[in-house]
Amino acid sequence: MSIKTKALTKSIWVFHVSCGSCNNCDIEILDCFTPRHDIERFGVQLIGSVRHADAILITGAMNRKSVPRMKKIYEQAPKPCVVVAVGQCALSRHMFRYSYNVREPLDEILPVDLYIPGCPPKPEAIISGIAKLIEKLNKGK
Amino acid sequence: MSHKIIVPIGPYHPLQEEPEFFQLYVDGEKVVDIDIIIGYNHRGIEKLAESKHFDQVPFLVERICGICSSSHPYAYVLSVEDILGGESKVVPERALYIRTIIDELQRIHSHLLWLGLAGHFIGYNTVWMWAWKYREPVLDMFEMITGNRQNYAMFKIGGVRRDIKDEDIPILKKTLDELVPAIDMFMGAIKDDPVIKGRLKGVGRLTKQQAIDWCVVGPTARASGVDIDIRRDEPYGAVCKLDWNVIIEKEGDIFAKTMIRILELYESVRMIRQCLDKIPKGEIDSNVKDIPAGEGIGRVEAPRGECIHYVKSDGTNRPQRLKIRAPSFTNVASNKVGAVGGTISDAAITLAAVDPCYCCTERLAVIDKTTNKKIMNGWDLVRLCQEKTVKIKEGRI
Amino acid sequence: MNIRERIKERLGDKILDWKEMSARKIYFSINKANIFGATRILFRELGLRFSTASGSDTPQGLEIVYHFVYDPAGEVYSLKVMIEDKKHPEIDSVTPIFAGAEWIEREIWEMLGINFKGHPNLKRLLLAEDWPQGEYPLRHEHES
Repeated sequence: MSIKTKALTKSIWVFHVSCGSCNNCDIEILDCFTPRHDIERFGVQLIGSVRHADAILITGAMNRKSVPRMKKIYEQAPKPCVVVAVGQCALSRHMFRYSYNVREPLDEILPVDLYIPGCPPKPEAIISGIAKLIEKLNKGK
Repeated sequence: MSHKIIVPIGPYHPLQEEPEFFQLYVDGEKVVDIDIIIGYNHRGIEKLAESKHFDQVPFLVERICGICSSSHPYAYVLSVEDILGGESKVVPERALYIRTIIDELQRIHSHLLWLGLAGHFIGYNTVWMWAWKYREPVLDMFEMITGNRQNYAMFKIGGVRRDIKDEDIPILKKTLDELVPAIDMFMGAIKDDPVIKGRLKGVGRLTKQQAIDWCVVGPTARASGVDIDIRRDEPYGAVCKLDWNVIIEKEGDIFAKTMIRILELYESVRMIRQCLDKIPKGEIDSNVKDIPAGEGIGRVEAPRGECIHYVKSDGTNRPQRLKIRAPSFTNVASNKVGAVGGTISDAAITLAAVDPCYCCTERLAVIDKTTNKKIMNGWDLVRLCQEKTVKIKEGRI
Repeated sequence: MNIRERIKERLGDKILDWKEMSARKIYFSINKANIFGATRILFRELGLRFSTASGSDTPQGLEIVYHFVYDPAGEVYSLKVMIEDKKHPEIDSVTPIFAGAEWIEREIWEMLGINFKGHPNLKRLLLAEDWPQGEYPLRHEHES
């Protein structure tokens, strides 16, 4: 495994993007950083600029207006960058898949490394997902 | 300055979940105009609702906004029950109390959430952490009653889907009792801290006439002295059987909006306690089978204001038309006057003070119009906002 | 005189029909040419609050329902106008009367294609920049 990926697994800095979401998943992500779950003790930090990000957490049903901006953000992220789809909308567009303003699901736009299902996924599920991601990266897959 | 600088506030700020784009036109430090661009969250829900059955729609509208997750399905079922003759005719009494408990619990969690965000914007991250820490027991109560922390799936036409078990009621009451000292703590922090007062008083003022012209609702309107609260004006659920107060302030600034939200926390706790004491035994669902042709309007007082749903039925099992107007639709538009006249460093907190249901909040950014070069981004603007607090603390302002 | 009687008196023969669907929900129709005058009476003179406006595509034409609320009594007065011409639908904008109508008229314009004459800022609100012109999602002929 390259040193970049190895460094990534030690202390993941995440950047969060909402691409047409109802906010539930976004709030549950933020909840991970609050005292009850406190994911910061594992070195995971929510940062303000994608240029410092190791992982991009994407929520939302891939609204037509947001997708180009999301792609731009992905391009700006320094690689290797892990893409995490959080919530049912990011996985499969959920109940919005027949809407006129919702196009392809996320994994047809960007390469997704981790899927966290749920509507919204509980903070425990998000933390468990990140743990599985670290395991996957450590195994060099 | 000869050229206009545009400060775009938009998309992906760490604490702003939904994307909305505010373009602030600035002259030096002062905001002179604002252009608001939304649509980053538009998912075509009104059109989708026309293809769903009446009883599938609550699941769809619940996901309009995650924070006021119970206001939209409540307004929707009220609009359909309006066609059937009204909530009090169709819904059993126990279900009315359960609906009110869910609605008020949602208000508590939403106001605590806003308190945390406001604290972060002005640089008091401790307030953020503590507000969200005390939000967790409220989410636990939701999980106990409904099975989920958000997206409760409780409302159906004619009643509610799940009952509150009798053995859970003492636990719910105990959790509420533990919440009150926390609210006291926030009240003390807001009222007594001179820096917070200096930061919020007089900022982002919306006069009463502006509030009326922009048709704002909820705490944004009540902070400017406009006396509207759907729970009192057109009671629904069990609200008319409870003893509670509408909170009105006159100043119209962010401090007034903050005070209203904290005082409403106390009122909501009182209302839930009364509901848990008075809830009668009985059915929770009246098994509505058919929706006749007609039209109905349902309104609830969401944490952000009046949420109104208008449904047209043609007698089939799908709605012919569903119109949804969330409270933030009017409140966010009023930022056009609320933020203008203030400084850039106040912009972040002013735009957050209407409590936009962040289904559309874009980040802030500053672009020099003549060169079109971005000179500041949203993260910088929040940092400016927090720096002003530090300057006030150090007496430099 | 209560508000209901005052509305009937001030709007007079502009009201084409009047239906009281329940104690607090009243629906009445007017001709679309009278919308500006009627809105000014309801909002400025009688002090009702504008809640929202719903546009819909019906077989008879494009219908807009303006929902006004009289808060002291908790009553909703829904004002209906019908625009029969679906090819070039037009109606006067009420934004000059109060700013709170600006966004909802923009939304109805982009969703149904109704032109609001006199609107100060009629441009896209919700749909993406690359959404094709002339396609109106809430019209029944638009398949999602």
